[in-house]
Amino acid sequence: MDWPRILTVVAGELFAPTTAAYALAAIGLNVHFGLTGLLNFGQAGFMLLGAYGFAISTIAGFPIWAALLVAVACSTVFALVLGIPTLKLRGDYLAIVTIAAAEIVRIVGRSTALTDLTGASSGLRGDSYKETFQALSPFDDGTTTLGPFTYSNNASNSWWIRIAAWVVVVLACLLVWRLMRSPWGRVLKGIREDEDAVRSLGKNVYAYKMQALVLGGVIGSVAGVFYVLPRAVQPDSMGRPMTFWIWTILLLGGAATVFGPVLGSMLFWTVLMLIKTVGREVIPNTIMTNAQIEQFGWIVVGVTLMLLVIFRPQGILGDKKELAIDVR
Amino acid sequence: MGLLLMTLLTLVIGASPASAATEVCQPDPQTACLGGTIRTSAGEPAVGVELDVAGPEQVAAVTGDDGRWSARLTAAGDYVVTLDESTLPAGETLRDPAANPRTVSVVLGSSAGALFPLGQPTAGGGGGGTDGEGDDGATAPPATGGEGGGEPGLDTAPAGSSAGGGFSWSRLAQQASAGIVFGTLLALASVGLSLIFGTTGLSNFAHGEMVTLGGIAAYVFARTADLPLLVAGALAVVVGAAAGWAQDAGIWKPLRRKRVGLTQQLIVTIGLAITLQYVFQFFFGGSSLRIVVANPPTVRLGPVLITQQSLISLAIALVVLGAVSYFLLGTRVGRATRAVSDNPALAAASGIGVDRIIRLVWTVGGALAALGGVLMGLYLNATAWNMGATILLLMFAAVTLGGLGTAFGALVGSLVIGLVVELSNLVIPSDMRYAGALVILILVLLLRPQGILGRAERIG
Repeated sequence: MDWPRILTVVAGELFAPTTAAYALAAIGLNVHFGLTGLLNFGQAGFMLLGAYGFAISTIAGFPIWAALLVAVACSTVFALVLGIPTLKLRGDYLAIVTIAAAEIVRIVGRSTALTDLTGASSGLRGDSYKETFQALSPFDDGTTTLGPFTYSNNASNSWWIRIAAWVVVVLACLLVWRLMRSPWGRVLKGIREDEDAVRSLGKNVYAYKMQALVLGGVIGSVAGVFYVLPRAVQPDSMGRPMTFWIWTILLLGGAATVFGPVLGSMLFWTVLMLIKTVGREVIPNTIMTNAQIEQFGWIVVGVTLMLLVIFRPQGILGDKKELAIDVR
Repeated sequence: MGLLLMTLLTLVIGASPASAATEVCQPDPQTACLGGTIRTSAGEPAVGVELDVAGPEQVAAVTGDDGRWSARLTAAGDYVVTLDESTLPAGETLRDPAANPRTVSVVLGSSAGALFPLGQPTAGGGGGGTDGEGDDGATAPPATGGEGGGEPGLDTAPAGSSAGGGFSWSRLAQQASAGIVFGTLLALASVGLSLIFGTTGLSNFAHGEMVTLGGIAAYVFARTADLPLLVAGALAVVVGAAAGWAQDAGIWKPLRRKRVGLTQQLIVTIGLAITLQYVFQFFFGGSSLRIVVANPPTVRLGPVLITQQSLISLAIALVVLGAVSYFLLGTRVGRATRAVSDNPALAAASGIGVDRIIRLVWTVGGALAALGGVLMGLYLNATAWNMGATILLLMFAAVTLGGLGTAFGALVGSLVIGLVVELSNLVIPSDMRYAGALVILILVLLLRPQGILGRAERIG
């Protein structure tokens, strides 16, 4: 068996752009769920909107900062539209509304009626919107090898996207760390623990929840941009399963912690890659085909999610006293 | 309409779930994959069909034992894919001869698909394949095409439901009848969801998988074990009931006893849904499974063309729903069920065995969902690993619209949702029709969260 190659591939997942994008999305979800207790099951919808906003406006000729603004604006509007009616209702109503809204975004995005705008179910090709991001790169074209890892400097799955994505992840972690220690963050935690108590202190619970929903959604939309930069915007790869992976990542690492989402994302993708690569080497094709090994990986994810929620809802880094998922 | 189908068929460039028996081609930054799956009109893989891919490079491809072909390309650009019709299995023809040869543009680092559906060359019939729910990770999975991989019902118009624009009274009647059939089948599946929510307060996101289980069990009994359809359907319902019973006994009762909160349980149902979906995919692959191979005969009722199967399904569904209503209204156990649904604590205090009732609700709910799955699989012409997941939100919409926790609300809500889904075809493109139902779901939650038949109470 080719252990060095397997270990290289698995270790490569630790800092892959996808891992960063999922970590960022989980950080956004952490603002919703970990800090405020909002059950957002439509994080993939925020990401997809961010991706569409960025890609479509770039194709329309916007510079990169304007395209990013469009992505952020899309998710802000989405959060407001979702939040205004539902934040006054019970928690599981927000869950159903967000999951339905994310599906609506996906179904409308993949509809043939919008082929000119979104490319329907085949989506938008990566080269059509990558230019502005790659032009920002300070590196020369070509490839660089660092230890066992070789990637191109700028194109697609590059060092440049890795650096940019992880810098943003670190910034988001810093932001959450600051927020958790700020008076604003303490109010959010209060809402998570006991909404009525906070309300009786004269705080506008609704406004705080809305701010949290928008902030987490904006982080989600940036995650969506980083998710699609090394590939293409494909609505069907950003549906409900994606939201569920983000939840698994958050609960695995530990909700209401600063590094939980990052640790969760790294573990999630390395373990999946480990199952996939080792499975391909060890299990003969007659017992499990390569596709089945991949599906086996997702089965492991599903079972992990169930066991985590039942036996260790605080995840790896969390504090059980701080996070009881059911507060209402 | 033919044009619409054409567009649907051509627009299948991209990633979709992997179900290959052989690892054919993995796109990476230097290579691109062009591929698809060719199935006979009966849904079996077409083996040994030769294709020629010409463009910046020239590659020949042959379909394997799983009907799958792929071409590995290292240059981007437009490729002309030509299918050699003389290599098709005996008696098979291209459904759309005009689409051969076809031009596909290929981008490095991604998978593109070119589909050649087989069957009678008609303008109507089922739609083509579509990209499935991507289980996309760091690597783009190889493309699946053909009839497989798609979400059943999302793009594939079921028999009796016509896609495309234009309004006429006969189309209205056609769509309305399709809506009533779809709504009734949806009702079967959602009654259990509503009762489970009523008695335990749990939003069961794994209910869709019970529907899928019914469809897949019917497929196994009817196709693998070769039993008559009625027997297969009945056995599938038994399997569903057993699965419902086992789920409550194995997971939900221990969790209730452990006093695990409802939100936690909700996330557990999501974990269960993921697990079951991929277990189905593990054993049955990512493509559509046809419970019945033959195309069902149709009947003309006034302006409406409907399949015999749909009529029989409708009759079965109505009888079963009648029986459920009688059970809830006319029997002691049914009254106890409604009492638990109304107020579990009070019901327990009046001497009703709440746990026994909940077990019963899970069992009956599982059986009804399985029956719904069997009939839905027949109605949509095929079942697949994600059939239940696709209609899960429609079930939630129906149940919420009718009033969460009320069994009759689920009936009314399902009919409304069924009609909305099919009638919205008249005004919006058919691939957006599920979105209409979801918009209703959101509007109901905003305007009348207790639903049509629910009791107004303070929520939140």
